[in-house]
Amino acid sequence: MSFISNLIGGLSLGSIYALIALGYTMVYGIAKMLNFAHGDIIMVGAFTIFTAASSLGGNPFVAILCGLVTCVILGVLTEKIAYKPLRGSSPLAVLITAIGVSYFLQSVALLIFGSTQRPFPKLFSLSPIRIGKDLVIKGESIVTLGVTLVIMAGIMLLINKTKIGKAMLAVSEDKGAAQLMGVNVNRTISITFAIGSALAAVAGLFYGLTYNFIGPYTGSMPGIKAFVAAVFGGIGSIPGAMIGGILLGVIENLSKGYISTELSDGIVFAVLILVLLIKPTGLLGKKIAEKV
Amino acid sequence: MKKKKLNLRVLLTYGILAAVCVLVFVLIETGVASRQFKSLVVPLCVNMMLALSLNLIVGFLGELTLGHAGFMSVGAYAGCLLSVYLEGTMPMALRLPLVMLFGGLVAALFGLVIGIPVLRLKGDYLAIVTLAFGEIIRSIILNLDFTGGAAGINNVPRDIYRGSNYLIAFVLVFITLIVITNLVYSKQGRAITAIRDNRIAAESIGINITYYKLLAFVIAAFFAGVAGVLYGHNIGQLDANKFDYNRSIEILVIVVLGGMGSIPGSLIAAGLITVIPEVLRTFSDYRLLVYAIVLIAVMIINASPRMQALRARFSVRRLWKLIRGRRRKKEA
Amino acid sequence: MEKTQEQTPMLKVENLGISFGGLQAVDSFNIEVQKGQLYGLIGPNGAGKTTVFNLLTGVYKPTTGRILLDGEDLTGRSTTYIGRHGIARTFQNIRLFKNMSVLDNVKVGFEHQYPYTVAEGLLRLPRYYRQEKKMVEHGMELLEVFGLQDEASYLAANLPYGQQRKLEICRALATRPKLLLLDEPAAGMNPNETAELMDTILFVREHFQMTILLIEHDMHLVSGICEQLTVLNFGTVLAQGETARVLKNPDVITAYLGE
Repeated sequence: MSFISNLIGGLSLGSIYALIALGYTMVYGIAKMLNFAHGDIIMVGAFTIFTAASSLGGNPFVAILCGLVTCVILGVLTEKIAYKPLRGSSPLAVLITAIGVSYFLQSVALLIFGSTQRPFPKLFSLSPIRIGKDLVIKGESIVTLGVTLVIMAGIMLLINKTKIGKAMLAVSEDKGAAQLMGVNVNRTISITFAIGSALAAVAGLFYGLTYNFIGPYTGSMPGIKAFVAAVFGGIGSIPGAMIGGILLGVIENLSKGYISTELSDGIVFAVLILVLLIKPTGLLGKKIAEKV
Repeated sequence: MKKKKLNLRVLLTYGILAAVCVLVFVLIETGVASRQFKSLVVPLCVNMMLALSLNLIVGFLGELTLGHAGFMSVGAYAGCLLSVYLEGTMPMALRLPLVMLFGGLVAALFGLVIGIPVLRLKGDYLAIVTLAFGEIIRSIILNLDFTGGAAGINNVPRDIYRGSNYLIAFVLVFITLIVITNLVYSKQGRAITAIRDNRIAAESIGINITYYKLLAFVIAAFFAGVAGVLYGHNIGQLDANKFDYNRSIEILVIVVLGGMGSIPGSLIAAGLITVIPEVLRTFSDYRLLVYAIVLIAVMIINASPRMQALRARFSVRRLWKLIRGRRRKKEA
Repeated sequence: MEKTQEQTPMLKVENLGISFGGLQAVDSFNIEVQKGQLYGLIGPNGAGKTTVFNLLTGVYKPTTGRILLDGEDLTGRSTTYIGRHGIARTFQNIRLFKNMSVLDNVKVGFEHQYPYTVAEGLLRLPRYYRQEKKMVEHGMELLEVFGLQDEASYLAANLPYGQQRKLEICRALATRPKLLLLDEPAAGMNPNETAELMDTILFVREHFQMTILLIEHDMHLVSGICEQLTVLNFGTVLAQGETARVLKNPDVITAYLGE
């Protein structure tokens, strides 16, 4: 029975990773950059919801909306201010800039909220579900899993069925050609950052609900894990990010439950290495052969 | 012609660094320098060694790795544990080179063992795998008994040279600098740079890609390990959490800031990155914020295509040429 | 095709073939290049010419067939091995070491001729200086052949296009190959530059007693310097033999001009 509850815990943790990894992968696909600051957007989302819930009264949906809007604006702004000027320069320069943005967000949060962990508000009162005698499933897990699945379906529809989705695919394939075909590249990139950041806000919400405490460095480790998940699934691939995220969460939770809490991160990374050594472009990544 | 120019640049780097070392020595020994200043010298040298060695991988080989702190930690633990074990058996003059070498070699061995499987990967995949290895090393060290687990090691000898650890640090920086420079300007170094510039062409003229990639990786790991041993002996304790991916990123920031493939750049940037946060202490709480803003601004100014075009238009060299051209015209 | 028994051919390829996921890119390709010959490989775009070069240099592993260089079987060998054992090439889209100096580009090609160990290099032992000196001398000699000696310290990226092509040939020759493969050496050149290139290729053949196999679209160049031709179409050999005769072959004309 504990296996099933561990598994469900893992699925819900995995959905948080998947939400973040989706943002990573979408931005990577379109801007060809590793957005190291993406993890910190989660933290900003969580803190915004925290602040809004405590100052705007009880309505959780208003608080969540505030979180979403803040993250979207922040995501689009960072792209415009920090990344856009570096379009066309070396990927490493962009990576270091993203690291700078990450430090920036962390230090702003540190200045406003201090370094002590804050309790995340209980926005919803969810009763755990009991099945049989021993199996107890946390309500938050079910909500996290359910909402993530809905969002993923939505993203898939958006990418494959809408005009903006096609534009995103076109820009990620070839920026220049897309521009020649009349796609507004700047707008498409902005929209991608907006969507990625909105997903990060949702991830921030669920992270807060699951772990109950948030701090300025909250986003850092989940960010790295989600990055791992994105690579695991094949970076640039949207279904890959989903599968990678969920698998990672399950592996982490099961190794916490059955092997060792301290080693769980190490095990997650070891599995990643193993996968990449067998399949160097990740689970669903495309192999790109260099033309000679 | 070219050969001479090149030698000149190398000698200039050596000379300026030596002059700075002498200056620091005089400032410290005459008591002009503050205690805070003195305490910064060894960490600065550690960063220089780390940056020089990482530059070999990132700048000259052209591969992105995010696990350099992992090699540093392996070297630090190996060297410091041996140092503690050997305590009292031999004089420091013998023990120190021995533990440095040991730490470096263990790190190099890790570089070899990790490098063989991962160097097949490219770009972002290599970056994430090296990051993963760094984190695995950390989590293993935290879970082993002989490394002290989460408590770390606290009894590493701190005084390695009559209260002037920084002199040892100077020597180590120079050794690193000379070895890396000599490697870069040798046939092996050319092969490594050729792989960076065009792997397919390098292969087609008979360069063994795997061998040279491993060579760069192993030498870089060696010096990261030695830097770790120095670090451990300077602060007298080791905590595995100090060697997480953030440390690797800090080293990468130094390398990129100094210019990939630029040896003097790595040295200067190491100086800036070590000293700036200390200078910013006056801003206390705003320190990190200012640091972040400076980092972003420098990257945009340095690397953005538009800024580069602007700089090309107003560069010092161009200005110099203009002035010289006018003068020549006048003379004519 | 008649076979000369007296002499092993420099390059002998038998029944070479490769398929990419069901697509037969090259099929039963045979060729025999004699020592000192200037041999042309022509054919319409997408006929598989560069694929043949990639097979010969080990970039792709053939699914069928054998490659013999001066009698040595190179089939299935790695690119590095082949590069060391006698086949050097240039690329359709120039592949220089752009951020290295012109002289260094050539010196990289000396990889196995002036050896010294890592330790000798790091410690700057006498052999390092000796070998480096020889490399500079030999490198400058090669550059002079191509008139690049004054540009020796330039970054390769800063050379004009025509000189980049020359440097690529120069670098290939630095490996002391038995066979030189040139992939569209005249691409992007104007008629004057092409004429100069033809002289250079002829000179290389004389001066280094080189065997040369080249891919080219410029018919003026091909008919001007190649002694033998093989025409590829859709991955198979369409015609083979002496240049003048091959170019008159009606099948070849149809393949180039259409019905």
